[in-house]
Amino acid sequence: MIHYIWFFMIVSGVVAAIIQGDVELVTKAVLNGAKDAVAVCIGLISVLVFWLGIMRIAQDAGLLKKLAHLLGPFARFLFPSVPADHPAMGYLLSNMSANLFGLGNAATPLGLKAMEELQKLNPDPKTATPAMCTLLAINTSGLTLIPTTIIAIRMKHGSINPTDVIGPTLLATICATSFAIIVDRYFRNRETKKRQRR
Amino acid sequence: MFEAMSLISKFMIPALLVAIPLYGLFRKVPLYNSFVDGAKDGFPTAIQLIPHLVAMMVAVAVFRDTGALEFYLQFLTPLINWLHIPSEVVPVGILRSISGTGSLAFVESIMKTYGPDSYLGKLASTIQGSSDTTLYVITVYFGAVGIRNSLYAIKVGFLADLAGFVFSILFCSLIFQ
Repeated sequence: MIHYIWFFMIVSGVVAAIIQGDVELVTKAVLNGAKDAVAVCIGLISVLVFWLGIMRIAQDAGLLKKLAHLLGPFARFLFPSVPADHPAMGYLLSNMSANLFGLGNAATPLGLKAMEELQKLNPDPKTATPAMCTLLAINTSGLTLIPTTIIAIRMKHGSINPTDVIGPTLLATICATSFAIIVDRYFRNRETKKRQRR
Repeated sequence: MFEAMSLISKFMIPALLVAIPLYGLFRKVPLYNSFVDGAKDGFPTAIQLIPHLVAMMVAVAVFRDTGALEFYLQFLTPLINWLHIPSEVVPVGILRSISGTGSLAFVESIMKTYGPDSYLGKLASTIQGSSDTTLYVITVYFGAVGIRNSLYAIKVGFLADLAGFVFSILFCSLIFQ
């Protein structure tokens, strides 16, 4: 699916530029996009290095296992295919906690570490596992208690009540995340049935 | 409520920074060595992401900056009017899934035009705040471990974004109108 989305975006962009008679737009967009992407990756180095270091201490001290035990039933419901005492469980749960408390730059390193641990349980390293898809479903739907970035932007534009939007945002994100988990479950079951038939 | 929550958010990182090593010390973990050992993985992970993110962000930039996005938005206008969705927030909703900074630019222009405390300003804020950039998250997470076949993850991500958009409109119209 990603191939089609990628191809569609590029081709329709090029066609749009040609119709407008300004093909230069494409060249400019390519350079800007590539530059932004590298800038994002370079920016990630610092947070990745720092948080992976801190989290290794937590792992070596057995804190991640504790967290996994504490939230065990919840985690087993979300990720039934991951063994309860596997290190992946601790990272999965710390990624979700970091998202919840709005620690965006800590959440990504934890999520990537969780992916790495899930990859160790993966029989086919090129294909995603259902547990990975669930992790992605939770992360893409953006469950957070306080939308800090948008509040800062509202302040910047001189809002009288920048925190007004916390209520509807929280409600919307809870509903969207629940919806994501349900849809993910549906696709997971369909995938399992497909595999059994083979 | 917000004060308490933002205080927790603010103190969370310093607190973790003390609590985790403190517990490690208590469990006799060689703190410094552990940190360096874990931190080593950070650099290669970030570098490994470069090809994935360049591929995706170039495509997004071409789609957005050439006006292709606006062209496709025109086709949605009848549907949007029929559903009584304010047309100003539609680019925010669509871009939210593919480019976080792109949708933020639209949010800011809505705030400049109508003010952050207008209904449209609040609605755009809610749409922006209630979701994450699906395409970016998928590219980064799968890219970091070299997954080629993402199964149904993209479908789930986009469906959740659509749900987030609809729920944002629903709750904003219930609360603010």
